[in-house]
Amino acid sequence: MASLTDLVNLNLSDTTEKIIAEYIWIGGSGMDLRSKARTLSGPVTDPSKLPKWNYDGSSTGQAPGEDSEVILHPQAIFKDPFRRGNNILVMCDCYTPAGEPIPTNKRYNAAKIFKDPEVAAEEPWYGIEQEYTLLQKDINWPLGWPVGGFPGPQGPYYCGVGADKSFGRDIVDAHYKACLYAGINISGINGEVMPGQWEFQVGPSVGIASGDQIWVARYILERITEIAGVVVSFDPKPIPGDWNGAGAHCNYSTKSMRNEGGYEIIKSAIEKLKLRHKEHIAAYGEGNERRLTGRHETADIHTFSWGVANRGASVRVGRETEQNGKGYFEDRRPASNMDPYVVTSMIAETTIIWKP
Amino acid sequence: MANLTDLVNLNLSECTNMIIAEYIWVGGSGIDLRSKARTVKGPITDASQLPKWNYDGSSTGQAPGEDSEVILYPQAIFKDPFRRGDNILVMCDCYTPQGQPIPTNKRHNAAKIFNHPAVAAEVPWYGIEQEYTLLQKDVNWPLGWPVGGYPGPQGPYYCAAGADKAFGRDIVDAHYKACLYSGINISGINGEVMPGQWEFQVGPSVGISASDEIWVARYILERITEVAGVVLSLDPKPIMGDWNGAGAHTNFSTKSMREAGGYEVIKKAIEKLAIRHAEHIAAYGEGNERRLTGHHETADINTFKWGVANRGASIRVGRDTEKEGKGYFEDRRPASNMDPYVVTAMIAETTLLWKP
Repeated sequence: MASLTDLVNLNLSDTTEKIIAEYIWIGGSGMDLRSKARTLSGPVTDPSKLPKWNYDGSSTGQAPGEDSEVILHPQAIFKDPFRRGNNILVMCDCYTPAGEPIPTNKRYNAAKIFKDPEVAAEEPWYGIEQEYTLLQKDINWPLGWPVGGFPGPQGPYYCGVGADKSFGRDIVDAHYKACLYAGINISGINGEVMPGQWEFQVGPSVGIASGDQIWVARYILERITEIAGVVVSFDPKPIPGDWNGAGAHCNYSTKSMRNEGGYEIIKSAIEKLKLRHKEHIAAYGEGNERRLTGRHETADIHTFSWGVANRGASVRVGRETEQNGKGYFEDRRPASNMDPYVVTSMIAETTIIWKP
Repeated sequence: MANLTDLVNLNLSECTNMIIAEYIWVGGSGIDLRSKARTVKGPITDASQLPKWNYDGSSTGQAPGEDSEVILYPQAIFKDPFRRGDNILVMCDCYTPQGQPIPTNKRHNAAKIFNHPAVAAEVPWYGIEQEYTLLQKDVNWPLGWPVGGYPGPQGPYYCAAGADKAFGRDIVDAHYKACLYSGINISGINGEVMPGQWEFQVGPSVGISASDEIWVARYILERITEVAGVVLSLDPKPIMGDWNGAGAHTNFSTKSMREAGGYEVIKKAIEKLAIRHAEHIAAYGEGNERRLTGHHETADINTFKWGVANRGASIRVGRDTEKEGKGYFEDRRPASNMDPYVVTAMIAETTLLWKP
């Protein structure tokens, strides 16, 4: 019998110019990813050439049953690492039939902020460190942990190697190559302090592209864990107790920060973030209070602090940046389940547009 | 469904000139290996083309939390046998942000010794015989041994074949080819006297490269055992009683020893090693007193003795070397968990620089 794999891996470019486009969007919780596919004439490299589409919003908590169509606007294209060939992944955002962004559409407002002339002139760069935890299917206990018990305490696992220290590397490595293939600007990966927890970094990417790439990277990760029979969790504190949480540290710089005298600009920006600490925290992910305790390399959620090379601070500035007098800084507050559209645009808005 | 293997094996050279560089370093215990990966523009042919990097030293016992950055200096590159293509493994050593080697960085001092003119002129060669034990995951009992019991006594296992005598050959053979692929000078392998114990040899390699190769070979081995679901142990006496320990015998020669009259130079070198026996033993690996008992092909830890073809001696000189009047000798004292930077540099220092 022909194997399923033979069929999934068929290279259609020999027989047709049709391609498959997987339209991806964010569902009603603000964190659940959804997708469906359609056939188009290919190849397509420009999202503006793709048709709008629609889906049943009443099945995702985004529209009432009697008026259920939500319209998908294609925004960014990536190569599909699963179907390969000329097939594509399409990151979309969601609108009412009347053309208004629906409430869970955070990209729309972010795009407005990034188009603001003041912001655009500063060319904001983002490097996002996405942490996540792998869980054993059905029991939702971390991968590699004994069922009904706990592994030895944290220490050996950060960047660790070996069957007793590293759980799920095949998923992480498959994800790394798949993202590079797709055209996502994935800059690295590492095993994290809690066993079964991992991190990948995307960036530096400019403006709205950072949010698009993180969302598609999350989608690719969830598709890969689906194949592996493992569950991915973006919960910021998956296991209470002496186990690290999961964050999405956001590294940030503007043109002024990257040039001579940048360190002063950075310090001014950090001052502004300090004044709006509560507003930012409210937008930095649900459940973050379980994670930002002041322990496990976090700063307490109620306190704003910053420091050079200080992993216990809200904002960390690297030694190189201090030494060079210019560079970037790291906002360590966002949780792993943050919406990158919200976080990246809010940092730009507070530091570039907002006046105290 | 698309396969995880398809994704892990994606050949990215067709769609990007970016490569993945896995930076490897030695962690806070002096024997734990750590690594993380980053994307760089390829191809890379020399370590000097790679950027310095940094990691969270507070997570590996190498820095405090409020000043946690440890800097990685790339020192040697090897082809990555897991990601293949143009992807690489990078052996690094660790420095403070001010540029000082951190206490666990033993490579820095070794490099100074190997750069010394008197040492460099003698072109020191090393052949290191790395022994190791494979353990069943979770129970940490040797591979192939019955859980709750013991196999038949030593005798049939050394260099043996058969399901009742050789345990884990797939790991050993995968490691052999992976090391050859990566460019490590691996010269051989054999099954050892204790069942579940194996040995590979690296060399002859010159100066510091012998140690870089041993560390990366250990890393590749731990990555392979991770894939196989087996635990790697470098403990020098994993099982108490009438079972062999694990060593890292270090074969050594200098230009003078390899030329006519070399046998006299060898005997003088051994004299010097005898005088500094206690200093060497202190640097030859933790727990070595459990292994160097005078039984099981070792010399007692408190006694220094040497002999031709004598496996019960601290130092053994091969019959070939004695006959030809030149060659090399074997220091049998180092434990399997020795740091090759320390051992190779110390042998060179004692025999070439030190004056009694």
